[in-house]
Amino acid sequence: MDLLRFTTAGSVDDGKSTLIGRLLYDSKSIFEDQLEAIEETSKRRGDGHVDLALLTDGLKAEREQGITIDVAYRYFATPKRKFIIADTPGHIQYTRNMVTGASTANLAIILVDARKGVIEQTKRHSFIANLLRIQHVVVAVNKMDLVDYSEEVYNKIIKDYQEFASRLDNIVDITPIPISALNGDNVVDKSEAMPWFQGPSLLYHLEHVYVGGEENHVDARFPVQWVIRPQSDEWHDFRGYGGRVAGGVFKPGDEISVLPSGFTTKIKSIHTADGDLEEAYAPQSVTLTLCDEIDISRGDMIIKRNNPPEVSQDIEAMICWFSNKPMAHRAKLLLRHTTREMQAVVSEVKYLVDINTLHKIEQPGTFAMNDIGRITLRTAQPVIHDSYRRNRQTGSFILVDPGTNETVAAGMII
Amino acid sequence: MPSYQLSHLDQLEAEAIFILRETAAQFQNPGLLFSGGKDSIVMAWIARKAFHPARMPFPLVHVDTGHNFPETITYRDDFAAKLDARLIVGSVQKSIDEGRVVEEKGPNASRNRAQTTTLLDTIAEYQFDALLGGGRRDEEKARAKERFFSHRDDFGQWDPKNQRPELWNLFNGRKHSGEHFRVFPLSNFTEMDVWMYMHREGIVLPSLYYAHEREVVVRNGTILAVSEFVQPRDGETVERKVIRFRTMGDATITGAIESTATTMEDIIEEVAAARQTERGNRADDKRSETAMEDRKKEGYF
Repeated sequence: MDLLRFTTAGSVDDGKSTLIGRLLYDSKSIFEDQLEAIEETSKRRGDGHVDLALLTDGLKAEREQGITIDVAYRYFATPKRKFIIADTPGHIQYTRNMVTGASTANLAIILVDARKGVIEQTKRHSFIANLLRIQHVVVAVNKMDLVDYSEEVYNKIIKDYQEFASRLDNIVDITPIPISALNGDNVVDKSEAMPWFQGPSLLYHLEHVYVGGEENHVDARFPVQWVIRPQSDEWHDFRGYGGRVAGGVFKPGDEISVLPSGFTTKIKSIHTADGDLEEAYAPQSVTLTLCDEIDISRGDMIIKRNNPPEVSQDIEAMICWFSNKPMAHRAKLLLRHTTREMQAVVSEVKYLVDINTLHKIEQPGTFAMNDIGRITLRTAQPVIHDSYRRNRQTGSFILVDPGTNETVAAGMII
Repeated sequence: MPSYQLSHLDQLEAEAIFILRETAAQFQNPGLLFSGGKDSIVMAWIARKAFHPARMPFPLVHVDTGHNFPETITYRDDFAAKLDARLIVGSVQKSIDEGRVVEEKGPNASRNRAQTTTLLDTIAEYQFDALLGGGRRDEEKARAKERFFSHRDDFGQWDPKNQRPELWNLFNGRKHSGEHFRVFPLSNFTEMDVWMYMHREGIVLPSLYYAHEREVVVRNGTILAVSEFVQPRDGETVERKVIRFRTMGDATITGAIESTATTMEDIIEEVAAARQTERGNRADDKRSETAMEDRKKEGYF
């Protein structure tokens, strides 16, 4: 069985939590005691119907205010696939959660309220999905029941969306679906109320969309996480390098280099607790042993010689600023990239993006929370990287404030 | 062209190994919370794999309520020996005896909450700066919001509204002194995934997980095993039933289900058909709608 990770985005009251509740409910992933608990709560609050949003809004403050505050992860499976949902809140001040949910997703469901059409937040969410390189987008036009299941309203929204989305170059396919999360139209089963719609139901699409080929199996990259040296008689001479393949395919006998030192040798074996492997590829966690004893530690990267990554101390990147404290002028931060951490300074802010118009704001001031824009970083040591477009693992980083230890930004290397 | 596709269980295992290695690398003194329940068994099993052929670089830590089924303790000791792992036991009884915590009184008293004190005391005694837990996000609604690397302040508290964002494979374990982290390598496993994984790996569980005949009482709709800690009250009758446990906790609060599942295959079939969550029988979660969130904020697992 394979795995699809998707994220949901929409603005407040678009019905995201209701949609997820509906997917879980109609795919029979909700247990009786969970249902009884939310029926009870809905009754106590005097809701007219069972509020499926209560299934995902787990925190006290969320249930009190009827909003989603933090990313919630939900799980369900059908006989076809296992699904992991990152349910992200739609509030403007929580854009960082959408970026977070999108960073590990293969697909994004962007909810549009049929009564409101494509609004600022729809564009913001689509822009983020594109920035994070989510290749598959479902535009779910929700609350169709409130516009009399009108084909005309739906077509207008999709036309508006496609005009806007033509500028988003990372998205490979856009699948529009008219739904009513509240009533279940086109969520699991095809809706009888919208016979004019020829496409699949949402769940059918999620089960069948092809998301293979998103890992990079070309450029061999192995960031060393942990050196494994058993102090036992049985494994006396064993010295292995534990890590997770970030790209490409490794085989015993492959000629490799270790960066940044540049030492070269060959792979001796690919060790796991269940025996040696013939090959290793992303996202497997393995332990490599090498033919020569060379000095390797956490943060080094093992690569194949014929296909080196970029190595530089000046990094161009798009970032999203997460902190409620604005970025300081020439901010000194810690950069965490693959398994390395080093000091970095923001040497230049190139531009911010107005994500409603997608226009660049040249000569910007600085980054405030939720701002997205382009910067240059100067790092204390060389960063061994690929562009984010080529490899999500070796092209991404986070920035940490050394004073508060908070994660203040996420970045994608250009 | 080969497909280079991993099954969902392989993906989940690879992710858990990554998190376990990251924990070893980013912290000075991590420990692995081991209760003898199936999730902590799976976590410890994967920890053995993550560092193989070396020993796992952290001890197993058991917070012992003193109200355990004897089977759990025997299993714990055998399992630790099999994994060649060091075992540290924090005792709730000791916390009570030393007056660190007052034992709950009343007919529904349990030591569930007292565990938090013992846990935090054990963290202080051994100076753990990270504790690995077997918690899964599908278990409970507050846990659905939990990070892989979950920050705790110097009182051991969780602040769910102010969590660090986690992106890609990048985990920020930086902290000030006195603070610590809880780390959850199995976050993305579901109950079904855990069973399927144990089946695939041939993991043998404590006998309590398989159907067996036992003396029980039915209390507030929950089937409790009669033991030294659970005695029938007035009006309750002791019955013999064929039961098994879906989770492993304090004997006073862990409810059993009637079941005839005696093998892993039987259990997987039963889990697939289940209409109640596995924690549905946990009296600790039933105390209020946000019981888990409230306990987690105080420093519970």
